[in-house]
Amino acid sequence: MVALTSDPIDMGSAQKYLQSDQAGAINFFLGVVRDNTADRAVDRLEYEAYGRMAISEMQKIADQACQRWNILRYVIIHRTGVLRVGETAVLIGVATPHRADSFDACRYIIDTIKQTVPIWKKEVLTDGEVWVNAHP
Amino acid sequence: MNQSLNVLLFGITRDIAGKSVVPCALSGNATVSDLLDYLKQEYPPMAGISSLLVAVNGEYAEPATRLAANDEIAIIPPVSGG
Repeated sequence: MVALTSDPIDMGSAQKYLQSDQAGAINFFLGVVRDNTADRAVDRLEYEAYGRMAISEMQKIADQACQRWNILRYVIIHRTGVLRVGETAVLIGVATPHRADSFDACRYIIDTIKQTVPIWKKEVLTDGEVWVNAHP
Repeated sequence: MNQSLNVLLFGITRDIAGKSVVPCALSGNATVSDLLDYLKQEYPPMAGISSLLVAVNGEYAEPATRLAANDEIAIIPPVSGG
């Protein structure tokens, strides 16, 4: 399951979705808003997505992961809009028969999302704002 | 023959242009790379961005890809999800 949402991400319902009698492992990764970046205080993050393409690129990543590992079920949910410190920006959940695959697949999915999915975050700091990665 | 393409902007490119869709006047056989040249000329701060990619109909496109008025064209500045 792949989704973009402007609502808070509910880990409990993600876990329910991942539950399977064949699953011996469920691994979660949560990307969370931190209170600082390069020693500057963060007030909030503003996430923006190119919706249709963000969904299709996340689906490609999920499909690639399913070819590489024995994945029973997966959840990929990314937030959009304004997020405050401590909120979950992205949730990846992978259910597999054995734990090694769930760790590896989860890692692959988040690392690849950060490279190819058209989602952008602006850090609004207490002393300015910056689009992350935009400038060398 | 010239064509006017409506181009979607996101993130820093939207901030630079001050709008999320810009009309771009290009030649009828314009490519992705022509579009990027046009935008950097119209909006010089775009030339300072680490990288700019173009998506055509929801897929990343090569620099030589031809653009048509009925394509959905989007500028993809460096992504920063997660």
